[in-house]
Amino acid sequence: MTTLTDPPAESFKLSMLVYDTRYRSYTFQILALIGVLLLFGWLTLNTLRNLADLGKVISFDFLGAPAGYDINQRLIEYDNQDTHLRAAFVGLLNTLLVAFLGCITATVVGVVVGVLRLSGNWLVARLMTVYVEMFRNVPVLMWIILAMAIMIESLPAPSAFRGDDPEATMKLFDSVAFTNRGVYVPEPLFSRGLGDLSIGGAFDISLDLIAIVLLLIGSIWVSRRIGRNADAVQESTGLRPRTWPKQLAVIVLPTVILLVVLGFHLGYPELKGFNFQGGTHMRNSLIALWLALSLYTAAFIAEIVRAGILAISKGQTEAASALGLRSNRIMSLVILPQALRVIIPPLISQYLNLTKNSSLAIAVGYMDITGTLMGITLNQTGRELETVLLGMLIYLLISLAISAVMNVYNNSVKLVER
Amino acid sequence: MSNTHADTVLFVRDTMLPQQVPPSSTVGPVGWARQNLFSGWLNTVLTVLSFLFVVFLLYRLVPWFVSPTWDGTSLSNCREILDGHEGACWGVIRDRWQQLLFGFYPSDLYWRPVLTLVLLFVAIAPVLFADYVPSKLLYFSVAFPFVMVWLLWGGTIWMPIMAAAGFGIGYGVFQAVSKVLNAGIALFFGVVIAVAWWVVLAAPVANGIASVLPLAIEPVQSREFGGFMLSITIGVTAIGCSLPIGIVLALGRRSDLPLVKFLCVGFIEFIRGVPLITLLFVASTLLNIFLPPGTNFDIILRVMIMVTLFASAYMAEVIRGGLAALPKGQYEAADALGLDYWKAQRLIIMPQALKISIPGIVSTFIGVFKDTTLVSIISMFDPLGLSNAIRADTDWNGIYWELFIFIGAVFFIFCFSMSRYSMYLERKLQTGHH
Amino acid sequence: MNKSVFLGALTVAGLAAGVAGAATVDDVKARGKLNCGVTTGLVGFAAPDANGEWTGFDVGVCRAVAAAVLGDPTAVEFVPTTGKTRFTALASGEIDLLARNTTWTFSRDVDLKFTFVGVNYYDGQGFMIPKELGVSSAKELDGATVCIQTGTTTELNLADYFRVNNMSYEPVPIETNAEAQQQFLAGACDVYTTDASGLAATRATFENPGDYVVLPEIVSKEPLGPLVRHGDDEWGDIARWTLNALIAAEEYGVTSANADELAASPTDNPEINRLLGTEGELGAMLGLEADWALNAIKAGGNYGELFEKTIGENTPIGLARGLNAQYKDGGLLYSPPFR
Repeated sequence: MTTLTDPPAESFKLSMLVYDTRYRSYTFQILALIGVLLLFGWLTLNTLRNLADLGKVISFDFLGAPAGYDINQRLIEYDNQDTHLRAAFVGLLNTLLVAFLGCITATVVGVVVGVLRLSGNWLVARLMTVYVEMFRNVPVLMWIILAMAIMIESLPAPSAFRGDDPEATMKLFDSVAFTNRGVYVPEPLFSRGLGDLSIGGAFDISLDLIAIVLLLIGSIWVSRRIGRNADAVQESTGLRPRTWPKQLAVIVLPTVILLVVLGFHLGYPELKGFNFQGGTHMRNSLIALWLALSLYTAAFIAEIVRAGILAISKGQTEAASALGLRSNRIMSLVILPQALRVIIPPLISQYLNLTKNSSLAIAVGYMDITGTLMGITLNQTGRELETVLLGMLIYLLISLAISAVMNVYNNSVKLVER
Repeated sequence: MSNTHADTVLFVRDTMLPQQVPPSSTVGPVGWARQNLFSGWLNTVLTVLSFLFVVFLLYRLVPWFVSPTWDGTSLSNCREILDGHEGACWGVIRDRWQQLLFGFYPSDLYWRPVLTLVLLFVAIAPVLFADYVPSKLLYFSVAFPFVMVWLLWGGTIWMPIMAAAGFGIGYGVFQAVSKVLNAGIALFFGVVIAVAWWVVLAAPVANGIASVLPLAIEPVQSREFGGFMLSITIGVTAIGCSLPIGIVLALGRRSDLPLVKFLCVGFIEFIRGVPLITLLFVASTLLNIFLPPGTNFDIILRVMIMVTLFASAYMAEVIRGGLAALPKGQYEAADALGLDYWKAQRLIIMPQALKISIPGIVSTFIGVFKDTTLVSIISMFDPLGLSNAIRADTDWNGIYWELFIFIGAVFFIFCFSMSRYSMYLERKLQTGHH
Repeated sequence: MNKSVFLGALTVAGLAAGVAGAATVDDVKARGKLNCGVTTGLVGFAAPDANGEWTGFDVGVCRAVAAAVLGDPTAVEFVPTTGKTRFTALASGEIDLLARNTTWTFSRDVDLKFTFVGVNYYDGQGFMIPKELGVSSAKELDGATVCIQTGTTTELNLADYFRVNNMSYEPVPIETNAEAQQQFLAGACDVYTTDASGLAATRATFENPGDYVVLPEIVSKEPLGPLVRHGDDEWGDIARWTLNALIAAEEYGVTSANADELAASPTDNPEINRLLGTEGELGAMLGLEADWALNAIKAGGNYGELFEKTIGENTPIGLARGLNAQYKDGGLLYSPPFR
């Protein structure tokens, strides 16, 4: 506020602060600033006085204390003697997991439904309309609870798999078990694994995974080089050499060899004791939340996609059919790429909504950041102020990160105008 | 060429063929079905699959829905009636529908929320159906918030009147001062005087008048609100209160003053960046800590405050969209007429921007209305919260689907009709643009 | 301290002029209502019926305190709270008394700054399991999927128990008892663990209660009691002695049926006379009317009556008195003397 480019003239009067447009904006801004500072000061003062009355102090020390509770779904090592901080981190990873899965599924379903709503098939278009209206007009919390209830009620309990003549059997050559505790799928195992890489003693990352990812990145790079070479050949000679066998081989062969070297095999789930053991357990809370969130958001995305497609002028479709393209190619090559520009900005806010709505995980007992930090940790330690503020901060950071990433993408597909 | 050709052909038709009826396979239901359902193998497959899906759903659901349990008095009684068959237990709806709609509102006073709802429609009619109702009704719309508060919460009529008087006083001060000073300063004075009136004078004056002329209806505690009535009250209050806040925020966000802009953007992005549930946690656990020691709102009021803040951030974005959609010529025309900022906003910009924003405002309302179900997580008895409480009754322990279906259906009816209305309005606005 | 707060004219009429002052009892009397925190719904302990009337064992405590202070057992505002909101609601003064089957623990008493005024139900954490699984002891639960209600001491006890016994388990956290019941009945979890009273109450409402057993192990002590804020001893005394009055009334055979009679014609048991206010100044010492305890007893009956009416053996819940019998009958209920 000190950078007054136009120093006060000799005849400065106090009333100029109000009437002179040069100063008026500063007056208002300073008033606004004072007002906001007063508000915050008042709130802080109240908080301090209230906390003093309750005999509490603001302290984040509790984050270092043992949490004492268990979390069923953990992407990193965790047991009940670990700290509240680590529990919060487990929750954060769970939030990110369901948000990531949800965004992908919601996009796929949303695009398909949005396109089908415009389909010439009367029955399909009506069905899709019913789907969209049903999901859009009923609260997402209800869908989450309903999805959970449907999973629990309609799938068999693990005990139904027991006995000589079980009521339920495993599907897909005895490799997948659908139970009302979730879905058990085979897990990848390595008999000659490379072990784990420990980062700062806190997190372990499987070296096998790193090796495979690195190899895949390398192969994809090589395959792209082959493709680019083919482009060059095509430009100079007009003939494009067949590249797909080479590209496929470059990607598949090294991976297969690496997997064999590492001793890759699948670990199948097996009913032992109370539960299925082995395999990867996708819990019903995850599936219910994931399904409900993606179907709910997909209904909105479908509307966005439909609006985006309708926004493309009919001339584009006609021009494309004049070129002799088939209708599905018109959609994928001409309409959707253009519609994307209209679609992406509202899509970003749908992704944000999905991520924020994942905080309703608490209704089905999915242990996300709301369930751990703002749930059990809050209950056990009684630190409302610290946990809730920390939780809000984390959500804010996630939201900002998503909008930042998506905005970068949006700028890259945006129509470059003169 | 053509001449010789004409000579060599044997037959040339020189009259038009009479128009024939189209082939029966392209008209009527058959033609319609061929065109819309079976045009090509992919569509045929899709049609058959969809048809099978619908039939399967109906086959599974209809017998469950058609269940003679309307008179069941408890879940076990329903089981007796059904006698081993699968079926819904609708007795719970008969027993508790009033609770699901009105919560614990005294049953002899149900007319009050119902009347409020009717009046709400009357009040928003001049906004929503401007073409069909006299614009004089707008005066009632202005008075409606006070009527609503009085009808729902009851108590003396003087309190809402005095609260309304605060606005009148504030406006009077604004008018008086704006003759002498800049409109912004006048606004500031108006607000300060109005707030001073509410904090210091309104309650004693209202009590004073009430002791002389007691005009009161039976007061109802906000704790007794529940069910859909609670959802609607929270939703309507939040949208109503967030409209002015949203306008201020939207103007602030478009302001040339960097600090004001920064503050508004910061607030909007913060609220939009966190889930509503965390704001509700703030309402349920922290708001009392932030306020002066000794103050104590009840939880419904705290939730209303937080939902209002939540809605106003979204409202600000909707109104900003409306402002941005306004042709630049309108701003320039206002400037050309020599109107200052406030006059231009009040007379030219806002009326148009708000009109364009109505569909967005309606969808914000739908969103907020649906989101009110989240209050069940912080132990309030919205319909979902009530469904938990109803299940805690020994009679109805074990009931799930019936309650969810009832609640979902009511939500659907509300939200669907509102979204249809907003679509109708969007179409109307589009044609009005030419 | 009386501060009226306005936050916009729209909310004026909805303002609760409640104030968390130093003297809760004065606030309650001024308000004419007791704000009592209960659960959002737990069979037998607190649940609203079709008319919005709350009933249950914890509700009985609220009504007794309201009757003692205000002379009217219906002068209670029931504030439903969750595991998360209950302590904040009490600390912030939104409620005067929390009667929400809350376990008396060291940290809640000392660190969270609350005063437990007694124990109205001695409970312990137990396990319920379908009979068909053939489990007879909690020690055989290695690898089981366990449904737990979050926001309670239950999940900590559970973690401790399985760790100490070197067993693994899969926790399924659940917000409400109703959801837990749904999951358990459908077999989505093998075991349901919560306070034994809750288990019995839940089991009683099953279609076939006989198919489920409650395991003999009780893995924790769960003394459930009403609590108030630290630092307001007068109010704490009122709540404490109202509870004691209910317990003592049962011990001396004062019931809601004969209380008026006993109060009208003083008996030869001075303890009863002092309790009912016909002798001594006990009510005045608490700052209440002389008939405070009489009102409390008439509100819902003495401890035994309340128990029998809401969760006892003749109700669908069918809890035996067990530890919650009078000390004379081998239980733990032992009211200090009224003197």
